[in-house]
Amino acid sequence: MRKIYSKLALSLVVGGGLALGAVGTASTAHAVKTGGTLNFVVGSTITTSDLHRETTFGVVHPFRPFYSLLIKVNPENPSSPTDFICDLCEGSVPKGTDGFKNYTFTIRKGVKFHDGTPLTAHDIVATYNKIIFPPKDVPSARKSFFKMVDTITAPDDFTVVFKLKFPSGSFIPAVATPFNIIYSKKDLDTYGYEWHTKNINGTGAFKLAEIQPGSHVSGVKNPDYFVKGRPYLDGFKSIIAPKMAVRLNAIRGDRAAIEFRGFPPKARDDLVAALGDKITVQESDWNCVLLNTINHKKKPFDDARVRRALTLAMDRWAGSKYLSKIAIVKTVGGVVFPNHPLAATKAELVKLAGYSEDIKASQTEAMRLLKEAGVPNLKIDFLNRGVDQPYKVVGTWAIDQYKKIGVNAVQKVQPSSVFYDSLRKKHDFDVSADFNCQSVINPIADVTKFLGSSGNNYGQYEDQPLEDIYNKLAVAATEKEQRVLMREYETRAISDQAHLGVTLWWYKINAYRSYVKGWKIAPSHYLNQALDNIWLDQ
Amino acid sequence: MYKYIAKRLLLMIPTLIGAAILVFFLLRLIPGDVCELRLAGTGLYADPEQIKLCRENLGLNDHILVQFATFVIGFVTFDLGDSMWTGNPITHEIGLRFQLSLQIAFMATFVAVIISIPLGVISAVKQDTWIDYVVRSFSIFGIAIPSFWLGIMIILGLLIVTQAWTGVPWMPPIEYVSPFEDLGANMSQLIWPAVATGYRYSAVATRMTRSALLEVLREDYIRTARAKGLLEKIIINRHALKNSLLPVVTIIGIEFAFLMGGLVVTEQVFNLNGLGKLFVESVLQNDYNLTQALVMIVVAIFVFTNFIVDLFYAWLDPRIRYS
Repeated sequence: MRKIYSKLALSLVVGGGLALGAVGTASTAHAVKTGGTLNFVVGSTITTSDLHRETTFGVVHPFRPFYSLLIKVNPENPSSPTDFICDLCEGSVPKGTDGFKNYTFTIRKGVKFHDGTPLTAHDIVATYNKIIFPPKDVPSARKSFFKMVDTITAPDDFTVVFKLKFPSGSFIPAVATPFNIIYSKKDLDTYGYEWHTKNINGTGAFKLAEIQPGSHVSGVKNPDYFVKGRPYLDGFKSIIAPKMAVRLNAIRGDRAAIEFRGFPPKARDDLVAALGDKITVQESDWNCVLLNTINHKKKPFDDARVRRALTLAMDRWAGSKYLSKIAIVKTVGGVVFPNHPLAATKAELVKLAGYSEDIKASQTEAMRLLKEAGVPNLKIDFLNRGVDQPYKVVGTWAIDQYKKIGVNAVQKVQPSSVFYDSLRKKHDFDVSADFNCQSVINPIADVTKFLGSSGNNYGQYEDQPLEDIYNKLAVAATEKEQRVLMREYETRAISDQAHLGVTLWWYKINAYRSYVKGWKIAPSHYLNQALDNIWLDQ
Repeated sequence: MYKYIAKRLLLMIPTLIGAAILVFFLLRLIPGDVCELRLAGTGLYADPEQIKLCRENLGLNDHILVQFATFVIGFVTFDLGDSMWTGNPITHEIGLRFQLSLQIAFMATFVAVIISIPLGVISAVKQDTWIDYVVRSFSIFGIAIPSFWLGIMIILGLLIVTQAWTGVPWMPPIEYVSPFEDLGANMSQLIWPAVATGYRYSAVATRMTRSALLEVLREDYIRTARAKGLLEKIIINRHALKNSLLPVVTIIGIEFAFLMGGLVVTEQVFNLNGLGKLFVESVLQNDYNLTQALVMIVVAIFVFTNFIVDLFYAWLDPRIRYS
C-alpha cells in the first residue's frame, strides 16, 4: 500500500493548467434575500467533529459550515473536476514553482476564528502538520494523501509554503479535500489534538449553536465572516435522519428544505408529483462507482476467462436505461469519472469487454469462455452490503445478468460491519459488491483502486504489467499521454484481465424545496457544503 | 412483606452479572470492527496503520479479559466509558435519549391503559354480543398490524390529508423538543408514535383483560355475590376487576420495559432520537462500549420493572403478600 501511494505521489497534474486555473466566484444574478434558517437532513450518523480523522459525509454536512479550507472546489462551478479557487488563500491557486515542487500560498488578512483569534499562516501550517505529520497516537485519515509533501513552512505571518519531495498532480486536489478544515494553532497548542473531536472553533460562515448527539447540529451566522455580505442565512440546522423515508417526508412536510446527498429517481418523482414547482431538482454524475470485486484467490476466479465472462454478462447500456429509473445509478463508464477529459468516450468504451451494445454476442462469448475454462455451470456467492441504494438494487440486477450466462449466483446481503469483515479481512467471498467513492475528482489518484497493490483493493491479485502502466501514467506530462496510458490501463484492468467489474456510475439527484437558492450540485456529496452561498427565497 | 422485597432485590444481582457476561462475549462474536467501519466504510482509502491506531486508542487490542474487567469495573462504578463511534461519554449519549424513550413509554402505556381496560371489561361483560366482536376485531387488528407500519401510515396520512385540506402538507416534527421547553411541539411530535405503539400495546392488554375477567366472572364467589343481589356494576368493579388485573399488570410491566429500548423501528419511522434507535446504531457500528451499556441498562429496567410488578402482585393478591 505504501508502494502504491508512493506511485500516486509521483503523478503529475491532470490537465494542469486547467486544474490550477482559478475562477472567480460568479455574482448572483438576481436579488438575494438574507435571513432565515436552513433546515436540512443528513442521512448518516455523526462520529466526531474532527474532520481530519473522519471519513463520512455525515460529518462534512453538519460541520463544514463552521470552517474554511485553504483552497476549495469552486462553489459556482462545482461540476468542473478541475476548477479550484482560494478559500483562506488570496488570489488564484498557486501553480507550483521549482518544477512543481514548491507551492506558495498567500493567506488572507483580517480573517478571525470564532473566538476572535486572528488567522495567520501559522494556523495553516499547524493544521497541515496535524493532517500530514500527526504525532504517533493521533489519527489522520488522509495522511497518506500527502506522501509527496516534504515540509510546510510559514516564512511570514501570511505566507505558507508547501515543499514537495517530488512533483505530484494529486497535491492540489488533495488540498481541496473538504475534510482539510483549518484549525487554530492556539487551540492545538493549548488544548491538544483531541479537543476538536468535541469542540468547534473555525473561520467558517457559521458559528456553532448546538450539537445534540443523534438529533441535530445547528449553527448561527458568523458576523465576522471574511467574505463580506456572507452568509445570507441567519443560521442552519442539520437534522440527523438516517432513514431515507424520513428525509423524503421531511422535505415534503417542510420539516427540512434539502438533503444534500441524493435521492433515488422514484423519490424525486414522488416529491415533484406531490409539490410541483415547490420542488427544484438538480442532477449530476456522481463521483462514485459500484464495482464487482472478484476474489482471485478463489478458484476458478484466478482464471481471466472466468472473470472476463462475468463482465461480459453485464448489459450495462440496458442496465443504465432501467436501473436509472429506480436507483441512484445511471452513467455507463470505465475507470475514470465520466465526462472527465481522461474518461473513455463511448466509442472507446464499446471496445471493452461487457460494454458492447450487442449484448447477445457478449453473452454468447461469456458462455464460451466459461465452457473453455471448464466451469459452464459456475456457482457464485455474491456478497453485498445491506444498503438499498444502490447496493441491493444493483446487486439484484447483477445476479440476473450472471444467470443469463448460466451462472448460478446467490446474493448474500450482510450488514455493513459484517460485509467489511468479509471483504477486507476474511476474504471469504467469491464476488463482492464494492465501490469507489471520492470527494474531489482526481482520476490519477482515484484509479489506483484497480491496482492489486492498492490498500483499498480487495481482489487479492498481483498484476505487474498493470502496475507498470500506472507508473508511466503517474508521471505522464501531458493530457494526451495520460489519455493514451489511461486507455491502456483501463483495458487491462477491467477488460483483458477483468480484475474488477465496473457496473454503473452513480447519479446524484437532489430534489429540494424551491425556496432554497444559491446552491449548485456537485459531482460529490462531500463538496459545496460551506452553505455561505445559500439563501432562502421566502 | 419486607422479606419478600429483600429476596426480590437480591435476585437482581445474579441476573445483572449473567447479563453482563453474556452481552460482553456475545458482542465480540459478531463479525466486524468499529475502526474498519469508521475509516473504510465510505469507500475511501483507509490506511491500515490508521485502523491499527484507532483500535489501540479504543483499547480493542487489549487482552479480552482486560477488556472485560474494564467493562465490569466501569459498570459497577457507574463509569460506562465513551462511545467508540462518537467519542462522547456514554452517560451523555444515553441521558439525551432516555428522557424521550421514557416519555414515549409513559404516553404509550397511558394510551394502552385507557383503551384496554375499559374495552376488555366491556368485551368480557358483553361476551359473544356484537360489541364483543367489534372489540375483539379491534384488538386482533392491533396485534396484527406492526406499530412501525401504522406509524408510516400515520405520517403519510397526515401529509396527504393536510395537503388536501389546507394545501400545505404537514408532518410531525422530526427533532425532539423537551416538554419543559415547548409542550406543544413536544406533543405534536410524540403523540403519534405513542398512538402507534399504544394501539398494539392496548390490543394485547385488552385481550388479556377480557380473558382474565371472564375467568374471574365464572368463580364461585362472583356467583355468591350475584346471589346476594349485589349490583352487577359493584360486582365487576369491586370484586372481579381487581382480581383479574394480575396478568394485565404483568403485561403492562413487560410492555413498558420493552418500550424503553425496543422501539427500534418505530423510532426510525418517526426519527425519534430514542434508546431503540441508539441501540440499533450501536450494534451496526460495532460500538461495543455503547451496546454493552445499553443492554445493561435495558436489563436493569426489565429487572426493576419486574420488581415493581412483583410488588403489585403482593398488593393485589394477599396470598402472595402473606406467603
